[in-house]
Amino acid sequence: MSAAFVTRDYSLVGPEAEKAVAAGLASAKWYSPPITRAELKELMRREDRPAIRDTLIWFAALIVSGGLGFWFWGGWAAVPFFLVYGVLYGSASDSRWHECGHRTAFKTKWMNDAVYEIACFMVLREPEIWRWSHTRHHTDTVIVGRDPEIITPRPPDVLSLLLNVFSLKTAVIFVRGLFLHAAGRLREEEATFVPASERPKVYRTARVYLAIYALVILACVYFRSILPAMLIGLPSLYGAWLQLYFGCTQHLGLAEDVLDHRLNSRTIYMNPIFRFLYWNMNYHVEHHLFPLIPYHALPRLHQAIKADCPEPYPSTIAAYREIIPALARQLKDPSYYVKRELPSGARPAPFGAAPART
Amino acid sequence: MSANWIDAGLADRISPEDVAPFEHQGRQYALYRTADGRYFATDGLCTHEQVELADGFVQGTIIECPMHNGRFDFTTGEAKGAPACVDLATYPVKVEGGRLWVKLG
Repeated sequence: MSAAFVTRDYSLVGPEAEKAVAAGLASAKWYSPPITRAELKELMRREDRPAIRDTLIWFAALIVSGGLGFWFWGGWAAVPFFLVYGVLYGSASDSRWHECGHRTAFKTKWMNDAVYEIACFMVLREPEIWRWSHTRHHTDTVIVGRDPEIITPRPPDVLSLLLNVFSLKTAVIFVRGLFLHAAGRLREEEATFVPASERPKVYRTARVYLAIYALVILACVYFRSILPAMLIGLPSLYGAWLQLYFGCTQHLGLAEDVLDHRLNSRTIYMNPIFRFLYWNMNYHVEHHLFPLIPYHALPRLHQAIKADCPEPYPSTIAAYREIIPALARQLKDPSYYVKRELPSGARPAPFGAAPART
Repeated sequence: MSANWIDAGLADRISPEDVAPFEHQGRQYALYRTADGRYFATDGLCTHEQVELADGFVQGTIIECPMHNGRFDFTTGEAKGAPACVDLATYPVKVEGGRLWVKLG
């Protein structure tokens, strides 16, 4: 047990939030790697074609797997189709939510917005709440008391992580939020990042979501079958496991309170199927360094700045070989974290390799 | 030249469909050049979280903030949607002798 076993308050309205501001960690200037404006401009260039192609494949795969699951419903033959449908619905939607939320996936704004709305529903995220939450995540990435998207505190909340293999904890928070928002109220934390001008949209969307779920429940009752919910609603739970598998690799076990994404984010090499499902968010260091660069250009950005970044992980398995022992150690010693090594010749981190605040 | 027209440097230091920073009396501005060669100027910091727009991305007449992708029409300063909700201030620009002049104040 560490002598300095301190449990920190990860809420956005507690003492850590004030400490982060006082320490200059809130809305701070972050490290930016050397890259020319011309290179950056080329990488930022938007296209519709890759995301249209990938979205058509995604929708087609959803229709085929869901259709076959429907067709074989009642027998074991339906199981593999619902497994595929669930992952496409409950996990691939996470990266679509993310990229379209940044409005970088497509060149055309309405396409980003349309896919964003659909993906939000699939991944149990209210569009306005999560747009603002993610904005804060990029401003204050893994800054305790500021970042609303820290996946688990130190020491890790293992029970919540396990429940979220099937988004169970997420779903409870989401449903409570829907009722709260539909009643025209926000949580205290949400009020710290959702501007007053955007709140009516939150309330309206929550009412629409509740209406959709009510229709699905009515359909289940009418047809005396859970099948409608297997197609709309439940896949957000039974298909969420891959989302968590990917999401835990982004920052878990790495440094908190550092103003350098090279030290608090992971870039992992993934196979083409994972990269399709995850829309290249395995290049997570690169994404955080330059959020304007579309997912399809991240491999090129990776090549452009790799000399300035820590060695990428060769696979998700390799990343988990680091993450799981790190979490186990944090159960006993919450001050422990994995220090990412910068390559020789890389520019130093603004605060060195150690956190700016412990 | 009138007192409040400020020399902002060579016009062609800004590439077509791009943005460049300009600082005057400790205040930051962003200068824009459209693909068809028109020039514009706005405040240099995003109204959402004070991020430098000169590091952002220009597409048509839209400047996108580099941190959170907030968008503004730099010809009018109009915020084009969350997280950009407050319009940017704009300033008149002219080109004389190959140099950019921005009317401030």
